[in-house]
Amino acid sequence: MLRDAMLVAGKDLRIEIRSRVGLNQVGPFAVAVLLLFGLALGPDRQVLAPASAGLFWVAVLLSTILAVQRSYAIESADAARDGLRLSGLDPAGIFLGKAGAIAVQLLVLEAALTIGVALLYGAHLSGALVLVAACAAGTLGLTAIGTLYGVVASGLQTRETLLPLLFLPVVAPVLLAATKAWDAALAGTPGRAGGWLDVLVVFAVLYTAIGTIAFGPLLEDG
Amino acid sequence: MVPISMAPAVRLHEAVALAGRFPLLAGASLEVAEGEVVHLRGPNGAGKTSLLKVLAGLLEVHSGEAIVLGRDLVADRRAVRREVGMLGHQSFLYEELTVEENVRFAVRATRGALTGVRPALEQLGFAGRLASTTVGRCSAGQQRRAAIAVLVARGARLWLLDEPHAGLDQEGRDLLDELLAGSRVAGRTVVFASHEHERAEAIADRVVHLAGGRVIESTEPAGTTAPAQTAEPNERLAPAEQQPTSLPVPEAPAHVA
Repeated sequence: MLRDAMLVAGKDLRIEIRSRVGLNQVGPFAVAVLLLFGLALGPDRQVLAPASAGLFWVAVLLSTILAVQRSYAIESADAARDGLRLSGLDPAGIFLGKAGAIAVQLLVLEAALTIGVALLYGAHLSGALVLVAACAAGTLGLTAIGTLYGVVASGLQTRETLLPLLFLPVVAPVLLAATKAWDAALAGTPGRAGGWLDVLVVFAVLYTAIGTIAFGPLLEDG
Repeated sequence: MVPISMAPAVRLHEAVALAGRFPLLAGASLEVAEGEVVHLRGPNGAGKTSLLKVLAGLLEVHSGEAIVLGRDLVADRRAVRREVGMLGHQSFLYEELTVEENVRFAVRATRGALTGVRPALEQLGFAGRLASTTVGRCSAGQQRRAAIAVLVARGARLWLLDEPHAGLDQEGRDLLDELLAGSRVAGRTVVFASHEHERAEAIADRVVHLAGGRVIESTEPAGTTAPAQTAEPNERLAPAEQQPTSLPVPEAPAHVA
C-alpha cells in the first residue's frame, strides 16, 4: 500500500511541477483571496490582525478545493482514471498517494500564505510550533476529506459544483479547530491550542482511515 | 500456425453487465483459449467495448459467470487487472508525463520489470529524444504507439484492444500486426474489436460476432482453411435464439459502440 502511495504521489507531484498549475493558478488564487479579505475589511491592521487566523484558513480551504479538483482533472483526461483502475494499484495506496501529493502542495502554499498574513494583516507569528502542528494536522484532515469526496465528485458530470457542496460542510470542524489553534498561537498563548490540535489530529486520523477503506469502492463506482 | 493451449484464458457464460438498468451485455457466452487471437465483430452498439471492459474487470458482471486467467470476476473483478493490458478508445496516458515516464509508471504499478521499458519503447519507435517528449506534445498516432508500448512493457498475459489500428499510420499498423503475431508466439491471448475486417481477420485465429450484447456466432477468419477453434455450440456458437431472453435485447446506444 505504501509503495503504491509513493508511486502515485510521485506521479502527481511530477505532473504538478511540470504543469505549474499550483504555482500559476492555485497560489495566485490564494493570495488574491487574502487581498480581497483585506479590501473587504479595510486597511486597519487593528481589525485585520485578529482575523488573520480565520482568513488564513478560509484561504487554505478554498485553495484545497482547487487542488483536489486539479488532482482529479489529471485522472479524467484521456480516461487516465480507467488506466489507474487497470493498473492494479491498491486503492488505499492511490488514496494515500493522491492525498499526500495534495498535502505537499498545500503545505508549500500555507508557508507562502503565512508570510502573506504577516505582511498584509500585520499578524505576529508567535507560537511557531503550534502554527506548524496545526498546519500539519489541519492539512492532513483537509486533504483526506477532499480526496475522499473528490473521487465521488470526479465521476459525475457536475463535479465542479458538487465538490464544494460535499466538502465545505464536512470540513467546518477542521476550519474551526485550525482557526482556534492559530488564534491561540498568534495571541501568544499557544498552551490554549492543545484541545484544538487534538480535534485536528482526530479528524486527520479518522478521515484517513475512512478514505483508505472507502476509496476503492468509490473509485469503482465513479 | 502456433499451437494454442486448450486452457481457457477467458470463460464467459451468460454474462450480463448493466449500465443502470440497461443491459450492455445481455447474456454473453464466450471461451477464448490461451494464446488465441480473437477478433470481435459487430455493428455499433453490439457490445464489443462492453465485453472488453468486462474482461478487463472495469465493468461489473451482474449475473452469469466470468472467469479470466483463472480469476472469478464476479467475486473480485480487480484481481485480474495486473495481468490484463487494455487499449481503449483513449490511451490511458498522462499528458504531462513523458512517454517513458508513462511507460515506467504503468510497469511499476503492475510490479513489472523496468528492464522491459527501453526495449518496448524502441520497438514502438520511441528512440532517443522522442521517449523524453511529454505525451501531450505527441501526435495522436504517437500517443497510440505509446499506449501500445505500455502493453508491451507490462508483459500482460491478456491483451484487450478496442479498435487498435485507429489513429496509426501504415507503419504503425504493420508494427501492431507484427506485435499481435508475436504475442501469439509468446503465448499471450488477444481479444480485439475492429471495424477493419480485412486486416483484423488476417491476424485473428477466430472471429466472434456480437449483436445486442450477445455472442451470436463464432467463425473462422475469411480465407482460412484450418478447422475452427470453436466447438461447443452452446458456449461459442450459440445463435441468438438459444441465448437467455430474460433481458431485452438493447438497441445501439452511442456510448457502447
